[in-house]
Amino acid sequence: MREITYLEAIREAMTQEMERDESVFLIGEDIGTYGGAFQVTHGMYEQFGPERILDTPITELGLTGAATGAALIGMRPIAEIMFMDFTTLASEQLVNQAAKLRFMFGGKASVPMVLRTPAGSGTGAAEHHSQSLENWFVHVPGLKVVMPTTPYDAKGLLLASIRDNNPVVFVEHKLLYKTKGEVPEEDYTIPLGQADVKRSGTDLTIVATSIMVSRSLEAAEELAKEGINVEVVDPRSLRPLDTGTIVESVKKTGKVLIVHEAVKTGGFGGELAGVIAESEAFGYLEAPIVRLAGREIPIPYNRTLEQNAVPQVANIVEKARDIVQLKV
Amino acid sequence: MKKAEHLELYRQMVVIRRLEESAAHLYQEGKIGGFLHLYIGQEAVSTGLISMRQPQDRVITAYRDHGVAINCGISANAVMAELLGKETGTSKGRGGSMHMADTEKNFWGGHAIVGAHLPIAAGLALGDQYEENDAVTICMFGDGATNIGFFHEALNLSAVWDLPVLWVCENNQYGMGTEIKRASAVEEMRQKAEGYGMPNLRTEGGMDIMQVREAAGDAIEHIRSGKGPFFLEIVTYRFVGHSMGDPERYREKEEVTKWREDDPIGIYNKYLVDEKVAKAADLDKVEAEAEAEVEAAVKFAEESPEPALDTLFDHVYVEEN
Repeated sequence: MREITYLEAIREAMTQEMERDESVFLIGEDIGTYGGAFQVTHGMYEQFGPERILDTPITELGLTGAATGAALIGMRPIAEIMFMDFTTLASEQLVNQAAKLRFMFGGKASVPMVLRTPAGSGTGAAEHHSQSLENWFVHVPGLKVVMPTTPYDAKGLLLASIRDNNPVVFVEHKLLYKTKGEVPEEDYTIPLGQADVKRSGTDLTIVATSIMVSRSLEAAEELAKEGINVEVVDPRSLRPLDTGTIVESVKKTGKVLIVHEAVKTGGFGGELAGVIAESEAFGYLEAPIVRLAGREIPIPYNRTLEQNAVPQVANIVEKARDIVQLKV
Repeated sequence: MKKAEHLELYRQMVVIRRLEESAAHLYQEGKIGGFLHLYIGQEAVSTGLISMRQPQDRVITAYRDHGVAINCGISANAVMAELLGKETGTSKGRGGSMHMADTEKNFWGGHAIVGAHLPIAAGLALGDQYEENDAVTICMFGDGATNIGFFHEALNLSAVWDLPVLWVCENNQYGMGTEIKRASAVEEMRQKAEGYGMPNLRTEGGMDIMQVREAAGDAIEHIRSGKGPFFLEIVTYRFVGHSMGDPERYREKEEVTKWREDDPIGIYNKYLVDEKVAKAADLDKVEAEAEAEVEAAVKFAEESPEPALDTLFDHVYVEEN
């Protein structure tokens, strides 16, 4: 099968859906002739024109509200927020409006929109362009939150998100944009709420999100050399969450390491740990549930400090080894 | 305008007044919870404004929304049942006083975060522009909303994209308990539209439905002819507190008394009689019918079922895609 990048997979999903469904349009800052800050929408303006690729002023709140309103009357807007840090400005419209309108109106409305945004550190972009804030949105009933790791997942999950009749926060990772993988040319969807076992193993379950899935897979390779056989589970969507796949994996291995880039306190790892502890997997645990996540600091500019702010492959290897050897 | 249409608008204004007076009693009896913001005194604004819309025109407003709901054609039964949190309420008891809505009547709610519905109004208009619908979105908000960021982002977007929105600032002169001069850098809210190059008008005639209708008609016509958004400031006054339990320490009783002399229902009543549109007896009959309608609505709401507990999780997500 042909290989394309994660970025191209996202662009392809949007392009194919816009060709199929006229109610889909893009709205965001400099997504038109500029092509988006990361060039995700490059070339789409030329194909679809200014009527369907809507360049907005710098107005995260305004554009998120505009997408919400248009979705209310049946459009399927895809809003781009240039950096996840800027979703703080959009969050009122997402959290108080898009997520609640259906419920608040007794089921008489729906908000079929997607809000795409790149999260994550590793680009030297410092405090205001590096955060992973997904769990803020996971906390809100009415929203769905998706975090693809591979190009294949990115395309299938984005197509499913656009066709979903609810507001979906689609969290991309900047460092994944240039990663390559096999992606079918035809359109396909991956249902939201279906985890994927990215690697099978028997000694330890690693549940990881976004780029930490890639790093966990690398770590698993290292650990395999030591005879430690790791299973890596990628939830792919955080809300809804496929608890079944996670619980089954933990029952099999008896040990679990949770890895994400977002700050540990209040991060999604706490939710995962809670789900596991409350489940039948609890009786199978042979070691404490362990979380490895972002440190309790803003993302620093300095490259060395930045790398030490979030889990790296070596940290995952070390922590996994400790759990397997019951040193935690 | 024909006599029947006048009597219908008069009926709406009286229904709103009686319904809210009943709601105030029910609130004091503890049957309505949360917050209750009454529209008493401002009835001419939404009644006049909404009477000028075509069915395809959308309406969206803030939390002082009972009157707007009635004007949009939601029954007194459904409004009262919503106030009592019943399954038969217009939002099935999920929204309450501040979240009346019925999308089938092109009424997009009842929003309770000041100014937050303005970007959504821009979005409704964007959707209509995208679909090339011949619709105008009428977005109502108070003077207080003009000081928050939502307002400015939404106005700018609407102007940049020539969106078909009528921005209606109901200037009742207080943002909760803060008078305009303590909150706004400019005295007239319409001045803020100037900053976005947006045509605008301020009318002092907010207690007179005929003046509201004239201003609204011109503004809607402007927008429907494809000239982009319009900003209409309507000066009005609320006769009662911001919400139930407001001690009203921020304004003098004399001020309220003076404004009450300009009761919008009284003004309309006098107009209809003076212009020989209707006889006093016609209007008395409408008032009696409105009172009966509200009494029936209270009975309907009180007798309506509570939402069943097995529906607790309904309406959070659209289940089918």
